[in-house]
Amino acid sequence: MGRKEDNIRIASKLMKTPQYVRNIGTAAHIDHGKTTFSDNLIAGAGMMSSDLAGEQRVLDYDEQEAARGITINAASASMVHHFEGHEYLINLIDTPGHVDFGGDVTRAMRALDGVFILCCAVEGIMPQTETVIRQALKERVRPLLFINKVDRMIVEQQVTKEMMIEKFSKLVAEFNHKIANILPAPLNKEWQVSIQGGTVAFGSAYNNWAISAPFMQRSGISFKDIFEYCSREGGQKELSKKIPLHEVVLEMAIKHIQPPVEAQKLRIPVIWHGDLESKIGKEMMTCDPNGDVAYMVNKIVMDPHAGEVAIGRLFAGTIKKGQTLYISGMPNQQRVQTVAMVVGADRIPVEEVQAGNIIAVTGLKDAIAGSTVSSMKDMDAFEKMTHYSEPVVTKAIEAKNMKDLPKLVEVLRSIAKADPSLNIEINNETGEHLMSGMGELHLEITEYRIINEHGVDIISSPPIVVYQESIKGANQNEFEGKSPNKHNKFYFLVEPLEPQIMAAIRAGEIDTEAKIKDPKALAKQLEALGLDKDQAKGVVEFKNANVLIDCTKGIQYLHETMELIKQSFEEVMMKGPLAGEKVSGLKVKLMDAKLHEDTIHRGPAQVIPAVRDGIYGAMCVAGRNLLEPMQHVFISVPPDFMGGAVNLITQRRGTILEMGQDGADSTVAAICPVADMFGFASDIRGSTQGRALWSTENSGFQQVPIELQKKVVADIRTRKGLNPEPYDASYYSGM
Amino acid sequence: MMTSELVFVGLGLSGIDGMTVKALQALKECDKIYAEFYTSTLIGASVEDLEKMLDKKINVVYRSQVEEGEDILSDAAKMRVGFVTAGDTMLATTHVDLRIQAKEDGIPVRLFHGVSIFGACPTSLGLQPYKFGRTVTLPFLEMDYQPKSPYDHIKENKDRGLHTMILLDIRADELRYMTAHQAIEWLIEGENKWNEGLITDKTLICVATHVGAPDEKIFAGYPQDLLKMDLGTPLQTVVLPGNMHFMEAYALVDFAGAPKEIIEDE
Ligand SMILES: Nc1nc2c(ncn2[C@@H]2O[C@H](COP(=O)(O)OP(=O)(O)OP(=O)(O)O)[C@@H](O)[C@H]2O)c(=O)[nH]1
Ligand SMILES: [Mg+2]
Repeated sequence: MGRKEDNIRIASKLMKTPQYVRNIGTAAHIDHGKTTFSDNLIAGAGMMSSDLAGEQRVLDYDEQEAARGITINAASASMVHHFEGHEYLINLIDTPGHVDFGGDVTRAMRALDGVFILCCAVEGIMPQTETVIRQALKERVRPLLFINKVDRMIVEQQVTKEMMIEKFSKLVAEFNHKIANILPAPLNKEWQVSIQGGTVAFGSAYNNWAISAPFMQRSGISFKDIFEYCSREGGQKELSKKIPLHEVVLEMAIKHIQPPVEAQKLRIPVIWHGDLESKIGKEMMTCDPNGDVAYMVNKIVMDPHAGEVAIGRLFAGTIKKGQTLYISGMPNQQRVQTVAMVVGADRIPVEEVQAGNIIAVTGLKDAIAGSTVSSMKDMDAFEKMTHYSEPVVTKAIEAKNMKDLPKLVEVLRSIAKADPSLNIEINNETGEHLMSGMGELHLEITEYRIINEHGVDIISSPPIVVYQESIKGANQNEFEGKSPNKHNKFYFLVEPLEPQIMAAIRAGEIDTEAKIKDPKALAKQLEALGLDKDQAKGVVEFKNANVLIDCTKGIQYLHETMELIKQSFEEVMMKGPLAGEKVSGLKVKLMDAKLHEDTIHRGPAQVIPAVRDGIYGAMCVAGRNLLEPMQHVFISVPPDFMGGAVNLITQRRGTILEMGQDGADSTVAAICPVADMFGFASDIRGSTQGRALWSTENSGFQQVPIELQKKVVADIRTRKGLNPEPYDASYYSGM
Repeated sequence: MMTSELVFVGLGLSGIDGMTVKALQALKECDKIYAEFYTSTLIGASVEDLEKMLDKKINVVYRSQVEEGEDILSDAAKMRVGFVTAGDTMLATTHVDLRIQAKEDGIPVRLFHGVSIFGACPTSLGLQPYKFGRTVTLPFLEMDYQPKSPYDHIKENKDRGLHTMILLDIRADELRYMTAHQAIEWLIEGENKWNEGLITDKTLICVATHVGAPDEKIFAGYPQDLLKMDLGTPLQTVVLPGNMHFMEAYALVDFAGAPKEIIEDE
C-alpha cells in the first residue's frame, strides 16, 4: 500500500495549489452505475486495489448500502491523478440515485464544480436524470455526460454500430436541450456537450473501460473495435488495459471542469447573495487562501468516536486544527478538532486545508448540512440548499424497553441532525415519536440504523402517508377568535395563497425559515409575484408554504403580542383543523384585533388560543381540503405484460398519463397516490414475472377525492386519538 | 321557590374579618357560595376558615369556570348565589363580564365593596390617591412575550409628574407570585434594554408588603438598596412615585424609611 501513502502526501501538497484541484461528482438515475464508476476512479488513482474496482464499491461502505446494493449517503473521496506532466488533486463526491435520498444530491452539488451525469445506454435519460441535471445547473455545476453500461447494449441488446451511434446522438441532443432550456446565455451555449469536443464519454464502469473522441484518436480504437472487443471472451479486460476508465474520465474532468479559482467566479454570485465587493466577497471570488474562512457544510456524518463530522467545501481562507469558527445562526464559536481529507470511510488528518477543497472538519458540533462556517462573526450565509420534495411517509416509533426511552430521544436527535430529509417529532409525554421521510425505503433504513447501529430496540407502526391540509376558497366575513378570558379578540380572513408565490417558495426563491431581514425587498418581490401592494407590506412571517399578513393599522399593544400571534400561526400551520396535518398554501390575514389594557390579560395563555381559534374558524368557513402526496410511476415492460402493469395502476387509484414504446418494450407513465403505492414493488414483480423496469418520483400533493375525504379524515383522527369528527366553525367561535 | 340573585362580595385584603358587616350578613343569606382566588389571594386566611365562620360550603372555582360562567349563572338563576373575591369585587374584568352576563340573563345583582389595594396602598404609603396615573401590571417574561408597555406607561406617568402603582403578576395555578425584588429587577433590566432614563440609581421606589394584613410593611428607597433588603414575601405592590408634595416626601421618610435627602429634593 505504499502507493496510497505516497498519494496522500502528494494530495496534501496539492491542496495548496487550487489551479491543480478539481471538485467533481457523479449523479444519475438509480442504478445507472455511479458508484461503480467512482470506484474506478479511486482504484485508478491507487487509493484502492484495482482488482476490486467494479465489484467492491468503496464509497458504499455503509452496511446497509452494501446489503442493498444501492447508495444511501453521498460519500466523498480525494485522489491524485497524473496528467500531462503534472499531478492533480481530484475531490470526488458520489451521490445516491434513489429518489428517497434526493436531498443528498442537492446538497452535494453545492460542493462541486463539475459533475458526471451517468446515463445507462440501455435505459436512456430517465426522469431522475433530468432532475439531477436541473440540480447541477441550478448550482452552476458543469454537467458532463457519461454513457454507461455500453457492454449491456452490445452484448445483451445486440445493437448494430449504426443503431448505437444513432442512440448516442439522440442522448446527447436530449441532454443539450435541457442545458439550453435551463441556463441563461452565454452558458447555455458554452456548456453544451459533444462527442467530438470530448465532453461526452461512454464505456462500461463494471468492466473498467471508457472512451472519448480524443482517446479514440490517440489510441486508434474505433467504434467498430469496441464492438469487436465486447463480443469476444476476455475482450473487455483488454479494453480496460488499453482505455482504462479512470484515465479517460479524469482527463475529461481536468480539461473541461474549471479549477476552483475559475469556477468560484461563476458560482459565488449564484450561491451567495452577500456583497461581492466586500472583503469576503472578493476572497471567495478569487478562492483566496489568505482570506477569512468561508466554509459550507453539505453533509454531516455521525462518527461513533469523533462525533459530528462536517463535510463541505471551503470557498475561502484556510482551516487549521485548533482554530475557532462561527456557525451561521449560532451564538458560540467552536473549535476545529481535526481537518481531514476523505477517502470513503477513511479520514486522513492534515494540519490545514486551503480554499478550493472538499474536506471533513470535526469539532463543529452545532453545524448542520447547509451551515455556513466562517472566521467572521456575521458573515452573510450561503443561499439555502432547497430540495423540493417534502416528506410523504411517516412511522410512529417507540422504544421497546422502558430503559431505552431517553436513549431513543438522543439517537433520534442525532439522526435528525445528520439527515436533513428526515423529519422527527419527539413526544416526551407519550414516548411515541413520529418519523417522516421521503419514502418507505428511507424510513426502513433509518429504523435499521436505530436498531443496529445505535442499539435501541424499537417498535414501529406500519408506514402512514403524510397528508396536508388546505382550503377551498376564502371566508367572506372576518372570523373572530376570542381569548379564554374573553378580553381579547382577533379577526381573520383566509384565502388560498397565490400559486406564483407557492412556486417561489417551493423553488427556494423565498426563504421561509429565516426571520424576515429586509421587509422592503421582500414586499417588492411579492408584489412582482402578484400580491397586492398593501398585503405585501404587511407580511409578518412564513411557515411551510403559508404566509401571515398583518392588515391592521395602529392598534395599541398589537406589536407586543405579535410574537405570540406568530407562534400561534406557526402551530396552526403545523396542525390543521381537519386532521392535525400540516397546512399548505394558505394566506392568513389579520384584519383587526381588540386587546386588553393590562399586560397579564393578554399573555400567551390568552393570545395563542384566540389566534388559533380565529384561524381555524376562518378555515372552516372557507372550506377545508385534505391533500395527499402523489407519485409519478414510470414502467417499462415487454408488451405481453403491459395489461398487467396497467391494471395494477388503475387498481391503485392511478391515472395513466402516457403510453409509449421504447425499443422492444412498452412504457407507461402514470400518477398514483402514495397511499396506494405501498407494496407496489412485490405486486409488479408478481404480475410481470419480474420483467418490469420501473421507477417513481414524488410529484407533490393533490386533493383527496371528495368522496374519500371524510373517511380518510376520520381514520387519521382516530389514529391520533382524536374524535373522528373534526370541529366546525361554531366550535371555534365559542358557541 | 328560592330567590334568584347574584351577590358579589369583596372580602377585603386579609383575614376572614376583612369584609364589611353588611357583606357578612348578605353572605349568610346565600344558598350557595362560589369563591375565586386566582386574580388575587386573601392573606392569612384559608377557605376552610371562611367556611367555618359562615357555616357554609364554599366552592372554589378556577379560571376557566369563571370565564365560562356557566355554573355560577345557572345556579344564580335558581337561587341566591354569593361570589366572593379578595380585595374589591369588580376590579377584574372577568368579574365585570360575569355581572354583564347576569344582567343579560335577567338575574338581579347586588355588590358589596371590599377594601382594595387601589385604595389601601396609597393610604399606607401616605401618597395622595389623586396623583396616581395609569396602573400597570408587570408580567413574568416569557420567550415570546416581553411587553414593553408597562415600562412605557410608568415613564408616561412619571413624565407627567404622576405616581404609578405597579401590580405584580400572580399565577395562582402555577403557585408563582412575582416578588418585589423580581419587580425591581424587571425594571432595571427593562432600563438596560430600552434605555429611556426611567430607572437610575437614584430612582425612588416604594414597596408595600402584605397591605391590609397585621404584618403589613412598607419600604421606600433606591433600587440597589432595596434589592439588598428583606422586603418580605408576596403579595406585594410596588409604587414608583412621580413629583411629590412635601407632605408625601415626609410620609415616605417617616413611614417607609426613605432617605432623608428626598425631602430636600422637593
Ligand atoms: N453491465 C454493466 N453493469 C454495470 C455497469 N456499471 C454498473 N453496473 C451494475 O449496475 C448495478 C448498479 O451499480 P451502482 O454502481 O451501484 O449504481 P449506482 O448508480 O451507484 O446506484 P445508486 O447509487 O443506488 O443509485 C450494479 O449491479 C453494477 O454492477 C456497467 O457498465 N455495465
Ligand atoms: Mg451508488
